[in-house]
Amino acid sequence: MAVNIESTDAGTDPLPRGRWKYLDKFITRPGAFTDPDAFEPGQAAIEGLERQKVLVIGAGGLGCEILKNLALSGFKDIHVIDMDTIDVSNLNRQFLFRASDVGSYKAEVAAKFVEKRVKGVKITPYCGKIQDKDEEYYMQFSMIVCGLDSIEARRWINATLVGMVDGENPDSMKPLVDGGTEGFKGQARVIFPTMTSCIECQLDMHAPRAAVPLCTLATIPRQPQHCIEWAHIIAWEEHRKDITLDTDDPEHITWLYQKALARAKEFNIEGVTYSMTQGVVKNIIPAIASTNAIVAASCCNEAFKIATNTNPFLGYPEQDNYMMYTGDESVYTYTFEHQKKDDCPVCGSGNIARPLQVNPNITLQDFIDGLAERPEAQLKYPAIRTGEKSLWMQLASLQEQLRPNLDKRMVDLVEEGEELTITDKSFPTQFKYKVVFSK
Amino acid sequence: MADLPPPVQGPTAKEKKYDRQLRLWGATGQIALENSHILLINSGPGVVGVETLKNLVLPGIGNFTIQDSSIVSEADLGVNFFLEEEHLGGYRAEHTCNLLKELNPDVDGHVITEPLESWLPQEGALKPYTLIIATAPVQPELLAKLADHASAALIPLFYAHSVGFYSHFSIHLPPAYPIVDTHPSPETTQDLRLLRPWPELLQYAEAKTANIDSMSAEDHGHIPYVALLLHYLEEWKKDHNGKIPETYKEKTEFRSVVTQAARTNNPEGGEENFDEAVAAVLKSLNPPQPSSDVKEIFKATECVLVGEKSPSFWVIANAIGMFHQKHGVLPVPGAVPDMKARSVDYIELQNTYKSKARRDLAEVVENVRFLERNNKRQHPADEKDIEAFCKNAAHIKLVRGRPFHIVQLDASSKKVVTWGDRAKSIAQTLTLPDSLIPLYIAFLAWDEFTATHAKDGLGGAPQVPGEQDPESDAEKLTGIAFKMADDLIKEANAAIDEDEYATIKGQIRQFAQELVRAGGAELHNIGALTGGMVSQEVIKVITEQYVPVDNTCIFDGIKSKSMVIKV
Repeated sequence: MAVNIESTDAGTDPLPRGRWKYLDKFITRPGAFTDPDAFEPGQAAIEGLERQKVLVIGAGGLGCEILKNLALSGFKDIHVIDMDTIDVSNLNRQFLFRASDVGSYKAEVAAKFVEKRVKGVKITPYCGKIQDKDEEYYMQFSMIVCGLDSIEARRWINATLVGMVDGENPDSMKPLVDGGTEGFKGQARVIFPTMTSCIECQLDMHAPRAAVPLCTLATIPRQPQHCIEWAHIIAWEEHRKDITLDTDDPEHITWLYQKALARAKEFNIEGVTYSMTQGVVKNIIPAIASTNAIVAASCCNEAFKIATNTNPFLGYPEQDNYMMYTGDESVYTYTFEHQKKDDCPVCGSGNIARPLQVNPNITLQDFIDGLAERPEAQLKYPAIRTGEKSLWMQLASLQEQLRPNLDKRMVDLVEEGEELTITDKSFPTQFKYKVVFSK
Repeated sequence: MADLPPPVQGPTAKEKKYDRQLRLWGATGQIALENSHILLINSGPGVVGVETLKNLVLPGIGNFTIQDSSIVSEADLGVNFFLEEEHLGGYRAEHTCNLLKELNPDVDGHVITEPLESWLPQEGALKPYTLIIATAPVQPELLAKLADHASAALIPLFYAHSVGFYSHFSIHLPPAYPIVDTHPSPETTQDLRLLRPWPELLQYAEAKTANIDSMSAEDHGHIPYVALLLHYLEEWKKDHNGKIPETYKEKTEFRSVVTQAARTNNPEGGEENFDEAVAAVLKSLNPPQPSSDVKEIFKATECVLVGEKSPSFWVIANAIGMFHQKHGVLPVPGAVPDMKARSVDYIELQNTYKSKARRDLAEVVENVRFLERNNKRQHPADEKDIEAFCKNAAHIKLVRGRPFHIVQLDASSKKVVTWGDRAKSIAQTLTLPDSLIPLYIAFLAWDEFTATHAKDGLGGAPQVPGEQDPESDAEKLTGIAFKMADDLIKEANAAIDEDEYATIKGQIRQFAQELVRAGGAELHNIGALTGGMVSQEVIKVITEQYVPVDNTCIFDGIKSKSMVIKV
C-alpha cells in the first residue's frame, strides 16, 4: 500500500537502529524497481512501517512462521487470532511451541515467544474464532495475513473484508495476504478486496476431495478407506450414537480402527492401519516445516513490500496476484494473475446469478449433498430459496414443513433458468445461481 | 469371543510427534534423516543457513554442526531469530546452535568457531558429515575445496545466496544419484496393461462380461471398467483385423463404442462404470513404453558394466533391463485404481494384478541373483529393494550430479566462469522473457566482486558490493556481469541480435543494482523462504525420495518467481 506520510516529529527514536542495519538498507535506499512516487527512502518510510498494525489469522504451522517473519521485517504492532490449543503432532513444525506447551492456547504461547525473542515488537493474542469479531475490530488493521487450514474461515474473512470496503474511505480496504500448504506444495496470494480477484473468485482452485458414495460404504467397500469411513459414519452411529465422536480421543480412534479392520477382513481388503484410520477420520493433511517456511515467507515478503513500497508487490490490479509452489518434483513456481470474476457472489459487480448445472432427475436431498462438494459452491449448510418459495431452510422449526421437498426431483421444484438464492450460516453473503438443467 | 478384534498397537510417542511428515516420507525416510549429520558453513548475515537448519532440526535429522567464526552483533538480532540480546559479543555459532537444539530434543548440535580458512585444511575436517551446506560469501578456493571433497566422498554439497530480495542455490550431487521412490502423482502411475493383457487378466474380463447384454441392471452397472474395456477391445479387434485402436481418431471411435454400450434406460440416465471406462480410454490405451529417462538408465555405463563393487541399484537396474529386453515391457507394478465394482469382483481384479506383479518380481529376482553369482558379489540385494524398484520402475529417476560454478580467479584461467556443455542451452534460455539467467550471472559477478574486494584492502574480510559505496559498486558489479554474459554468448557461439542483447544487459544492470542496494544484507523473509527451499531439497536428497532440483534454483522475490536450470 502506498503509505503517504508527512514526516511527523522526528528525533524521538527510542530504539537504536543498529539492530535494523540490514533492513534499513532497503528502507533507506531506492532500488531499480521502486516507484519514486510511492517510495521515499528514509526516516518517513521507517515510521510508516512502524505505524502499521497487522492482523495474523492462525498461529499454527504457517502462523508461527508469519509471526516470526513479520517481527523480523520491522512490524511493531501485530495481533494474532487462533482458537486452537497445542497438540503433540504440531511440534514437528510449529517451532514456537515445546512439549511442555501441549494443551495451551497457540495464539498466547506464540505471541509471548516472539515478543521475548524480538525486542520492541508488541503481539496481542486473541484465543477464539474470527467470527467472534466484528467489522469495527477488523477496521483497526492496515493489513491481514492469513495462515489457515480451513477454506471456510478464509471465505468468511474474505467476505467480511469485501463487505467492509467503502468507496468513500480508502482506509476501509484492507489487503489480504493468504497462504496455504499441503505436503510439498502450497500457494501464496494477495487480495485487494473489491479491486482484485478474491478468495471466492478463486474457490474452484481448491476443489474438495470427492466423498465416497454412501452405498459403496454400506454395501460394496473396496478400499481400506471405505472400511474406515463405514466405521466412522455408519458403525459409530449404530453402536455408540450417544457418545460424541472425539477424533482426538485414542479410545475412539481405536474403536473405529478395530471396526474397520473387522470389516476389511470380512471383504478380504488389505491395508487398514491405525495411522490410516486417524488420517481418514481427522482428514489429516501432511505438513512439514519447509513448505510452511516457504509459503509463510512469501506471504510476509508481499506484506512487507505492500507496507513499505520497497519493491513492487503481488496483487497490483492487472498484475500477478497468485503464486503456486510445487516442491515434490524439483521446484516449480507458477505466478499469475487470477482474474476477478464478474459473477463472484462476494465481490462481483452486482447481482449476477452464476449458471449452475443441475441434473433434473436428482432429488433435492442429492442436490444439497452435492453442493458441499461442488468446487464452485462448497456449501455445507445451505438454505435454498427460489424467487417464490423456500425449498430448504436450516432452522429446525421450518425444516419440518419443508422435509417433503427433500424427496422431490429437482425438475419438479424449479424451472430451467430460474434463479436460486442460497445462503449458508458460515458466510455473510448470498449466493445466486441460475438453474441450467444438464442433459 | 470369536470376533474379538486383534489388540491395537497405538502409535509411539515419536510416531505421534512426526505424524504429519511420516505421511510423506515414511519410516525409511525418517531413519535416513536420523542417520544424517549436516554441516552448515555459515557466512554473511547467516539467515538462510540458520533457517535451513531450523527446518531440518524440526523433522529430526540426527546431527548438525555449524561452522561460523563470527561474533554476535546488534545487526544479527534484527534478522536472525535464533539469537537474543544477551548473546551479543559471543560466538554466533554457539548461541544459534543452542537455540536450534531447543526445537527438538532428539537432535544433537555442534559448533566450530575456528575460521574456515584455518579449519578446513585440517586433515579429516569434513569426514563426519553426510551433507554440507555453505552460504555465500565463501572464498572461491575454499568453496573449491568443499566441491573436491563432495566429489571424492560422494556426498551432496549445497551452496546458497540470499541477498536482499533475491536468492539462489545450487546442489552438487554425486555423478550418479538414482531415486527409486519418486512419489509420482497417482494419475500418472496407472499402468493397467490393457493393450498387453496376460491370459489370467483376459480370463477375468471374459468371465465378468459373459452374457453382458442379458445381464440384470444391477450386474451390468457393476462390471469393473477394466473388464469392460478389455471386452470391447476384443470386440474391436474382431472388426479390425486383430488390430487395436492406435491413432487418436481410432481411440475416439472406440470411446464412442463404449459410450453407446452403456444402458441409459434407468433413473440415473447412465452407468457409472461405463462413465469410468469412457474416461479411461485415452489415458489407458497406450502401449506400456518405459520413459526415455528409464531407457537411459538401462543404457548407462554403470548399468551395462555391472560388477562386483557396483551399488545394488545398478544390479537391479540391469536385471530389470533384462526383463524389458525379453518381454518388451517393464514388470507390472500391481496397483489398481478404485472403480465402481462389487467388493468381490474388485478384490479378484486386484489379485489378478498382484499375482502377475509377484511373478514378474520373481523373474527379476532371478535375474538379480544370476548377476550376483556371475559377478561374485558378496551381499545379495535386499528383496524389498528389488520389489520397490519393480513397483516404481516406470518412474525411476537418475540425476547426474555435477559441480556448480565457482568463480576462477587464478591468473592462469582466462575466464572467470566457463559453461561447458551447458553453454548453448543456457545462452538460448538467456533471451526468454522472465528468464532468471541474468540474475544468476549477477550472483556469479557478486561472488567475483566479493572475492576480489577486501574490507581493509589487504586481503582481510571480504567486502560485498554495496556496503560502502552503492553507486560505484553498482557500476563495477554490472561491468563484471556484462563480461560474464559476453563470455557465455561467445562460448555458446550464440547469435543474439542487438535488441535482445540490449534487453539482457538492461536486466543484468537492474539485477546488479538491486544486489548492490542490499549491501550484503539479507531480508529475513527471503532468507526464510530460501531456507525453506534448501531444506526441502536436503530432505529429498537425504531420504532419496521425490525429485531434487537439478542443479540450480534462482528466486526473484520482487516478482515472486523462480527458475530451475542445470549449470
